[in-house]
Amino acid sequence: MAAGGRVIDFSGWLLPVQYKGIIDEHNAVRNAVGIFDTCHMGRFILEGSTARADLSRLISCDVESLKPMRCRYGFFLNEAGGILDDVIVYNLDNEKFMVVANAGTRSKDEEWIAKHIQPDTTFKNVSDEMGKVDMQGPQSTEIISKLLNYDFSSLKYFGCQEIDALGTKMIVSRSGYTGETGYEIYADAAKMEEIWDVCVSAGATQCGLGARDTLRLESALPLYGHELSENVTPVEAVATRYAGGKDYIGKAAVEKIMKEGPKVLLAGFRIEGRRSARHGDPVLFNGEEAGKVTSGSFAPTLGCSIGFAYVKPELASIGTSLEINTGRAVLEGKVVELPFVSKRSK
Amino acid sequence: MIPKNLRFTKDHEWIKVEDGKAVVGITDFAQSQLGDVTFVETPKLNSAVKAGDILTSVESVKAASDIFAPVSGTIAEMNPALESNPELINSDPYGNGWICALTSINAADMDNLLSPEQYAEHIKG
Repeated sequence: MAAGGRVIDFSGWLLPVQYKGIIDEHNAVRNAVGIFDTCHMGRFILEGSTARADLSRLISCDVESLKPMRCRYGFFLNEAGGILDDVIVYNLDNEKFMVVANAGTRSKDEEWIAKHIQPDTTFKNVSDEMGKVDMQGPQSTEIISKLLNYDFSSLKYFGCQEIDALGTKMIVSRSGYTGETGYEIYADAAKMEEIWDVCVSAGATQCGLGARDTLRLESALPLYGHELSENVTPVEAVATRYAGGKDYIGKAAVEKIMKEGPKVLLAGFRIEGRRSARHGDPVLFNGEEAGKVTSGSFAPTLGCSIGFAYVKPELASIGTSLEINTGRAVLEGKVVELPFVSKRSK
Repeated sequence: MIPKNLRFTKDHEWIKVEDGKAVVGITDFAQSQLGDVTFVETPKLNSAVKAGDILTSVESVKAASDIFAPVSGTIAEMNPALESNPELINSDPYGNGWICALTSINAADMDNLLSPEQYAEHIKG
């Protein structure tokens, strides 16, 4: 707050929506480097000879083949295939794994994990002991390498590294939620303020939740509570590529829906104008309600508005014209290929 | 700094009257609450409005907000610069970020508006 951040309540945490301005922060990440305080996210450690098997059951992606110092994106699903959370699982040394989840779902996730682990697996919720800062943008490799005195140019996308820097142990992964090259820096919660300050001194722009949302939306990354929820499976969310695990909770349900066909599908739309659709707006086709907007915003990099909506499957094909009733106006959107911005190197 | 020659509404509009024409915008406080403005609706030109009617609406990245007429009058003009540069409302809310001009205004309505000092108190509370 001393930095001028405008703070709001986000699932029980006080977090800044913006510091200088959403568009400035958004552009800083696309063109240079920005940092996000993501300490509020859930972090869990699972250890033991049975940890991998437990996580293979819990997470939809292939945890069996996850090599050490690599991470992977997947979902916690319930027995009906409904998405309980989206997570990233890290293999730290074959018998020690870290799972990073959303903030609002922390307790739900903790209960779910605890219910499904074997006696030999030790499970610890380290969300409060550890913190995380995301550094994102084309300049991030150069900046983080200088700051932490380690050559990160050799770290591959979704790889991670344990290092000693700034007098503390850190885990750094080449990953993020913006679509740009970037890193997630995990360290002791007590060290996070210092890490934040050195990043700012090195030239990183402080970015809040507002820019985090416009960046992830432009890069077509889903948000839990919007595109992802217990009401949809990876099939409706067009995310079955993250559900390739051999035997996870909910797999049977996912396969059944894939066979029968989902009742709705997630589609990305673009509005040729600056006016935006918002979460909850009804989508119309030929005057009839045909879906609902899950996320919508002005896209600073594109200069127009974009969003996601769940629509009837036949309307989810690229080129379909939809109407969105925002309450203030009826806007025309077209289903487009994703991501909304051109794919960046990561 | 709240300009001294303007009058204000409780909803954070300002109005400046010059030669029978009134120019309307939103205050610095309002623009900072709204965040980066992305769109300004074109109001119905030449239509009559009563004090308190919706003049137009403004969208930011995070929200949408109605702009209310501080006085009764006729909508004469919208700031043409806002179509391609709505962010002027953020960077220059009292100057180049003006939103609408009204003519044939009801001068008596001005008595219901806040002075700069009253507005400063209003946003403090």
